[in-house]
Amino acid sequence: MAKRSSPEVNAGSMADIAFLLLIFFLVTTTIETDSGISRKLPPIEESEEDVVIKQKNIFTVLLNGKDQLLVEDELMDLQDLRIAAIEFLDNGGGSGEDACNYCKGKSDKKSSDNPDKAIISLKNERETSYATYISVQNELVAAYTHLRNVRAQELFGSSYSEMMKNYKDVNWSGNRVKLKENINRLRKEYPQKLSEVQ
Amino acid sequence: MSKFNKKKKGDLPAVNTASLPDIVFMLLFFFMVATVMRDNELKIKNELPAANEVEKLDKKELVMYIYAGEPNFGYQSKFGTEARLQLNDKFSEVSDIPAFIYSERESKREELRPFLTTALKVDKETNMGIVGDIKQELRKVNALKINYTTRIGDVSLNLK
Repeated sequence: MAKRSSPEVNAGSMADIAFLLLIFFLVTTTIETDSGISRKLPPIEESEEDVVIKQKNIFTVLLNGKDQLLVEDELMDLQDLRIAAIEFLDNGGGSGEDACNYCKGKSDKKSSDNPDKAIISLKNERETSYATYISVQNELVAAYTHLRNVRAQELFGSSYSEMMKNYKDVNWSGNRVKLKENINRLRKEYPQKLSEVQ
Repeated sequence: MSKFNKKKKGDLPAVNTASLPDIVFMLLFFFMVATVMRDNELKIKNELPAANEVEKLDKKELVMYIYAGEPNFGYQSKFGTEARLQLNDKFSEVSDIPAFIYSERESKREELRPFLTTALKVDKETNMGIVGDIKQELRKVNALKINYTTRIGDVSLNLK
């Protein structure tokens, strides 16, 4: 009699319990978005000396209160902005010490000297919608990325985006120091000079 | 009678559901691991715009979040429909930002403070006015690293 086996526990409701928990977690889950466009704001203290920037080195992008895009005082569609920005940045119209030996642009004398001098100035009004503003920022960043990609392909045989991906990847087995050097070189050749004016 | 019994033998056997709990548990564990409990309840509409040239914010503990958008329906009688700012879990004014930044900085180890980033989670229908004000306040307290948090997607999604 002592050897009586204990009755088996009925596990039929286990699935129900698990489903209940599952549904709870399904409902409470918010996969947090944690990616976005990184920017650096300019420090507030204005330096005393006025830096003189030639008008031809500034690419003005203005977003008005009706979400219309004015590029260099001309109305433009959002999808044309990327090309226009690339043309401006990669122009390489400088001569002498401002010359740009890696630019592939038209070398127009009326446009920017070299990518290091070229500044994109993004202005907006208070009524501009945030979505449009982000779209424009995105297009401008895309222009820089495109130029870096092309240059990276030329120098290192792989695109800038690919290099950034490798750099962030912990499991990447390659020379990280060299990679960082290469990335910095690209960033120096096409620096992101994007000013957000109020 | 034996005739009926014979017929029953040819029936399809019931599907074995013994592994169902295992499958459900697997899903459960996935969601348990993937879940990030929101530390602050949103009182505003927060539909982020889309962009595809994004960078990932990898150090979550070094991010300060500033939310902005139109108040949720339940709060509209009190706060109106104009876009508002939310810091932690309450509505705030733009002038509250410096205090918020200082307290966030205070809560981090000193050597990590220079790496703090401010993530702006702004609803896509907000006007740039409030965003400009936020940026101005951030510049005042020297919190210059910002990140416009977006969804990943084509910018054409923004126009709808």
